[in-house]
Amino acid sequence: MEKQVILNTRHFELTLNRLCYQLIENHHDFSSTVLIGLQPRGINVVARLKHQLEEILGHAITCGNLDITFYRDDFRRRERPIIPSVTNIDFDIENKKVVLVDDVLFTGRTIRAGLDALLAFGRPQKVELLTLIDRRFSRDLPIQADYVGKMVDTLHAERVSVEWKEIEGEDKVVLYTPETDE
Amino acid sequence: MNNLSVDHLTGIKDLTREDIELIFTTADSFKGVINRPIKKVPSLRDITIANLFFENSTRTRLSFELAEKRLSADVVNFSASSSSVKKGETLIDTVNNILAMKVDMVVMRHPNPGAALFLSQRIDAKVINAGDGTHEHPTQALLDAYSIREALGTVEGKKVVIVGDILHSRVALSNIYCLQKLGAEVMVCGPTTLIPKYIEELGVKVEHNLRAALEWCDVANMLRIQLERQDIKYFPSLREYSMQFGLTKEVLNSLNKQIVVMHPGPINRGVEITSDVADSDQSIILQQVENGVAVRMAVIYLLAAKIER
Repeated sequence: MEKQVILNTRHFELTLNRLCYQLIENHHDFSSTVLIGLQPRGINVVARLKHQLEEILGHAITCGNLDITFYRDDFRRRERPIIPSVTNIDFDIENKKVVLVDDVLFTGRTIRAGLDALLAFGRPQKVELLTLIDRRFSRDLPIQADYVGKMVDTLHAERVSVEWKEIEGEDKVVLYTPETDE
Repeated sequence: MNNLSVDHLTGIKDLTREDIELIFTTADSFKGVINRPIKKVPSLRDITIANLFFENSTRTRLSFELAEKRLSADVVNFSASSSSVKKGETLIDTVNNILAMKVDMVVMRHPNPGAALFLSQRIDAKVINAGDGTHEHPTQALLDAYSIREALGTVEGKKVVIVGDILHSRVALSNIYCLQKLGAEVMVCGPTTLIPKYIEELGVKVEHNLRAALEWCDVANMLRIQLERQDIKYFPSLREYSMQFGLTKEVLNSLNKQIVVMHPGPINRGVEITSDVADSDQSIILQQVENGVAVRMAVIYLLAAKIER
């Protein structure tokens, strides 16, 4: 497996910072906006954005986690069932602007399921999508992000992994390419 | 480990502790789902489930049907009283006819012990036992243990007494297996005639004095006297049973601790449990009913994952 760092710690921080200001540009003081992270890895992005946004804005913003396991379209196409994670939306999303947040946007199927899952909690006024990494040209569904940390061109067999200081020990994004047997 | 070790749920006896814990963690998520504004997830859109009830039931049947509908499965219902069983059709024929209509899973209650196992060995669909005679009632035991876990934080190390008609109770047997697998201590309590011989072989304590049993336990599960299954007299009168083994507020208050009171339903108020106990805040009877839907959703979801496409 060949390894290539596509966002190092410094650029990682810059990117998150830029995303925060882009969000503020559109959502001002976040009074009617909520951030919802998709389980399992989107919640890390939300945690970091929340921290930085609160530092910039000087007040608390509303965030939640959404688990999409039961809404996936690949149930029974997998060997074993996926174990659900926690959903934690203890606020009303009715008429709110919701920003769905995930770490990597790939086929778009997770987001499709996320939209379905989200609507079970009410009817938001608007839903936007933020992703740290956009693997463009690999979409299975017509879904695009409104806020993108970094676009990358990847092959289907490659894997993009977002790593976090709190979990893996270092903030970075790595592209794994399988060795070809030529 | 995120797959059940069994293909059918015929009894708790076949489950491992890991299976039970997997069902509980999955049920936690479904409990979240059924408390949302939209209490439904699309997971089982392509699955059809038949509920075959060869014996009367209100709660279990309703609970299963709700669980199935909240998973978006298609549901067909069947009850013996309004069917060809009355015309002499055998169990296998009835079920094969239903399966010919492309059903993926069967939830069955039947008066004969072993009916669910018999069926699971002969048909392709997944089978869930919703009570087979006096044998097992696995989903009830799972929801009972789940409710204890919710009320006390854990089942491990807790002391649970099952009071009443142990001899005719499928709930008792399934509960004994389930609680023991999760590391609880189990005692049965009732008149000698309603305690099966050699039940100690299962590793349970036996007590004939309700007070002594209550002083020992953390949780009391009060069972109904199953008069419909009693072909002979096992005790002189209901009134006498109630005086000896009925749980009253006085007895409960005279204990020097708070115990959790459970009942699988249907309750015969004034017989095994008085109204003020059933409605007290020590009773978790209605929580059991709510948890029943979440636990059954988990069982159906995990078994459905094993249906081949």
